[in-house]
Amino acid sequence: MSGASSGMSPGASPGRGMGAARKKRRLWVLLLAGLGLGTATALTLTAFQDNLVFFLAPSDIATRQPGPDRAFRLGGLVETGSLQRGRTPDGRPEARFRVTDGPATIPVAYVGVLPDLFREGQGVVTLGRLGPDGLFRASEVLARHDETYMPPEVADALKRSGHWDPARGAPPPAASWNTLSPTASPIGSPIGNPIGSPAAEAKSGG
Amino acid sequence: MRAVSTPLPGPTAAAPRPAAPPGRGAALHRLANPGRFLRLTDRWLPWLWALAGLVLGAGAAWALVFSPPDWQQGETVRIMYVHVPMAWLAMGGYAGLAVLSVLSLVWRHPLADLVARELSPAGAMVTALCLATGSLWGRPMWGTWWAWDARMTSVLVLFFLWVGHAALVRAFDDEERGARAGAILALIGALNLPVIKWSVDWFNTLHQTASVTRIGAPGLHVALLYPLLTCALGFSLAFAALVLARSRAAVMERRLRQAQLARARRA
Repeated sequence: MSGASSGMSPGASPGRGMGAARKKRRLWVLLLAGLGLGTATALTLTAFQDNLVFFLAPSDIATRQPGPDRAFRLGGLVETGSLQRGRTPDGRPEARFRVTDGPATIPVAYVGVLPDLFREGQGVVTLGRLGPDGLFRASEVLARHDETYMPPEVADALKRSGHWDPARGAPPPAASWNTLSPTASPIGSPIGNPIGSPAAEAKSGG
Repeated sequence: MRAVSTPLPGPTAAAPRPAAPPGRGAALHRLANPGRFLRLTDRWLPWLWALAGLVLGAGAAWALVFSPPDWQQGETVRIMYVHVPMAWLAMGGYAGLAVLSVLSLVWRHPLADLVARELSPAGAMVTALCLATGSLWGRPMWGTWWAWDARMTSVLVLFFLWVGHAALVRAFDDEERGARAGAILALIGALNLPVIKWSVDWFNTLHQTASVTRIGAPGLHVALLYPLLTCALGFSLAFAALVLARSRAAVMERRLRQAQLARARRA
């Protein structure tokens, strides 16, 4: 970078030919510096990728093997039918559920108030420790929503028509509903991504 | 907003018009003439402000009153109509700053330095608004004001880059050296843009993946997508008008200083 500006006083330009050559040289220096910096950044990000993730998925646990005394974040979808709400002996709300990313599932216990968006089929990120008994004891539960937004009427129409069960994961492809009139009759044509495959959406969507 | 009928007499009349050098760089040099910049913006800026107000007014009514709530987020989703345009402006504005920096470093474009200097405080403002609205949105939806995930951290870095640029270009007695240093900082910081954009795809984040610019259909129902795009257009027009107005003021301030200097010398 310093090479671009050294020895060039902007005031004195001896001629157009010289100036054009200089501009060309400065452009090349910039391009090369950008290329070098870009490569360095890409390499750094790749090298630290494992440390830059906000949470581990259940199937990462087997390979990463965090010890029982290391707090980490576990993220995935709340497994359908796994949520049990209760109360601790001293009367605080307690929840037990399983977090899944498809291939692997980990049971979680949490004492405290769950966020409003928490439900079966929803993405969650929990902070806690994995005990030797395989139970993840969470001290914090955050809800994680996917990238789809729709009016309640459209969501109802999709649920009624049997194309989507929110407890089982992400909605069908957006192209099938994002122009749907909220007041229209339930859609008839069969659409892809049949219900029952939350695994595929666990990492990207939830 | 200034009325078109009463242009300031000074800058337009006193604008020196150096002959634009012919050839390849002619268009670039024409834009570099501050007098021409003042004349052009004097004519167009009021219209730009008016258009921004119109689109923003329509967008606000559509987004806040006529668009439906989200099926799971309810009325809270309306934060999106400010948060997402601010995020796009923060990144788009920074891409603009990078272009201005190349113009400054390679072609020594005098107006590029001036606009870059006026752009960065506005960019810092929209990035701060993006972070603030995101925090207000995150608390009720995720359950936290802030998380150090890759998306949020990289946007915070973007905010510091904007503030850093604004401070750096003003930190030198020699304005040209400040502009040079700021341009280099802006270009190094531009590496953060792809990191922000794809952070949600490369790393596990609490933040959702892209809804609008994803492969395939947008993940937003059109009842929410269209008011969002309208708000984004309105905010973008207002942002452009703000930066142009600041740049006009800076050109005139510089002229005024030169005139005062000349008068002091004569006296």
